[in-house]
Amino acid sequence: MADTSSPDMRTRLQNWLPKLVLAPSFALVLFFVYGFILFTIYLSFSDSRLLPSYGLVGWENYSKLFRLSHWETAITNLAVFATLYIVICSVIGLLLAILLDQKIRGEGVLRPIYLYPMALSFIVTGTAWKWMLDPGIGIENTMHLWGWESFAFDWIKNRDYAIYTVVLAAVWQSSGFTMAMFLAGLRGIDNEILKAAQMDGASNWQLYRRIIIPQLRPAFLSAFVILSHLAIKSYDLVIALTGGGPGRATELPATFMYSYTFSRNQMGIGASSAVIMLMTVAAIMVPYLYAELKEKK
Amino acid sequence: MAIASSENAMRSGRFARTLIYLLLLLFALFYLLPLFVMLVNSLKPLSEITGGNMMALPDVWTIQPWLSAWSTAQIGVDPTGLKPYFLNSIAMALPAVLLSTFFGALNGYVLTKWQFRGHNIVFGLLLFSCFIPFQIVLIPMAQSLGVLGLAGSTTGLILVHFVYGIGFTTLYFRNYYAAFPTELVRAAQIDGAGFFRIFWRILLPSSGPIIAVSFIWQFTNIWNDFLFGASFADADSQPMTVALNNLVSSSTGVKEYNVHFAGAIMAALPTLVVYVVAGRYFVRGLMAGSVKG
Repeated sequence: MADTSSPDMRTRLQNWLPKLVLAPSFALVLFFVYGFILFTIYLSFSDSRLLPSYGLVGWENYSKLFRLSHWETAITNLAVFATLYIVICSVIGLLLAILLDQKIRGEGVLRPIYLYPMALSFIVTGTAWKWMLDPGIGIENTMHLWGWESFAFDWIKNRDYAIYTVVLAAVWQSSGFTMAMFLAGLRGIDNEILKAAQMDGASNWQLYRRIIIPQLRPAFLSAFVILSHLAIKSYDLVIALTGGGPGRATELPATFMYSYTFSRNQMGIGASSAVIMLMTVAAIMVPYLYAELKEKK
Repeated sequence: MAIASSENAMRSGRFARTLIYLLLLLFALFYLLPLFVMLVNSLKPLSEITGGNMMALPDVWTIQPWLSAWSTAQIGVDPTGLKPYFLNSIAMALPAVLLSTFFGALNGYVLTKWQFRGHNIVFGLLLFSCFIPFQIVLIPMAQSLGVLGLAGSTTGLILVHFVYGIGFTTLYFRNYYAAFPTELVRAAQIDGAGFFRIFWRILLPSSGPIIAVSFIWQFTNIWNDFLFGASFADADSQPMTVALNNLVSSSTGVKEYNVHFAGAIMAALPTLVVYVVAGRYFVRGLMAGSVKG
């Protein structure tokens, strides 16, 4: 658009200036994001162990990776964690949004209470829940002191259940955010349609099931994309809450990548696990971003 | 939106409304419980925690755990308390927030008001960079910081957070400036105003809300980061999150729960304050993070 035909220096500079201003950011991102991605992909095909090394070994790291029971645990855990995290956050988020949308007195007080955990670091969330879940001083102990002697809640120390405590803390942290997304969606719905349906004798339940919830499709999609992306990246929470344990019971791909790369000196395998993580995120984000950008034009 | 909600057509009986309020209240308790537990137990002597009820108010109120967490608790090898790490986090977050916000504003301005061929591809690439799992850049980043002589330094962390923040800040400012009337920019151009003059005099003065969003989002993200801090910082530059995790998980001997709770609240306080003071913008930032703009 700045393509005028006057060729003097000043105009030419003005034409170049915007691109020059954008260039540093673009160069940084090209190098630190896309360059680094290529580098990590290269390392995933190399014989790197303690330090990067450049001898190529083909698909060896990947085939090793998928034979590791440790990786299988991480993938299974991610599947369990991500599914429950996304489903429970969406259900609670939708429920709270619908409840809050009933002309509630004190909405201005309740909403911030639901949302504040999102402002906290996963390390803080993990620390807080770690002690609440600790049978010795936490909820179990409290119930015993209140006289419910048989109450048992030691999931955090139990190999089979520890992953569910990660879900619990993660849901506590992010369900308020899903609530905010659904609430925004609800508030955007045209009330005329609802009134018309009501005149025709539709009950509140029918209203929600037939008209309102179907219209929240975009909010569901955004929630799914954001939550799945958060789930795949989850690292801090596991470190603070369980440290990946007991044993390896709460290992996720993110913690697997870190320990194989930096403590077990298996950088090639660590890199290949990072590539798998990137692929998973990209498979969800790229179509979503593409659609969002196209819509906006 | 507000008008629409006051016209909400729902009707419900007294029983239903009681149930609604009850549920809302129960959820409020669920969200408040961990904060309450941390706060109450950070003000008790240790003996009251190990032998007592985590829900009970202290018999003896004490701020000793807070003093200890702040200045004498054992973190890593030294009994320094969390104070130096708190300062590290501030020294890391502020410059990174300012840099990424400033560049985000410039980028957003160029991408909306000075569009060129391929501007959408550039934006798409910047945008995708927000959503990569950072595990994919950890190894080369560690290498590069070493080469640059920034390994284990606060400057290195500033660079990291600045670079990986550009995508988000650009997204915010681009969406905000897209709604800014381009005719105003054209008119100023005809009057002879140049690229930067238009930015400083016309765009920036009306960017208050989006600057707030960018600040809050970046500050929260950077303050709360753990992965980069744990990967790239050394003992002298570790941020608060890493120090807290060290305090909580590595303590040998008696676990001083009350000190841990006090430390956790300290680590949470800056972002909580931001949330309380500017929650509106915080929510807007979260929502924009889901690319609705």
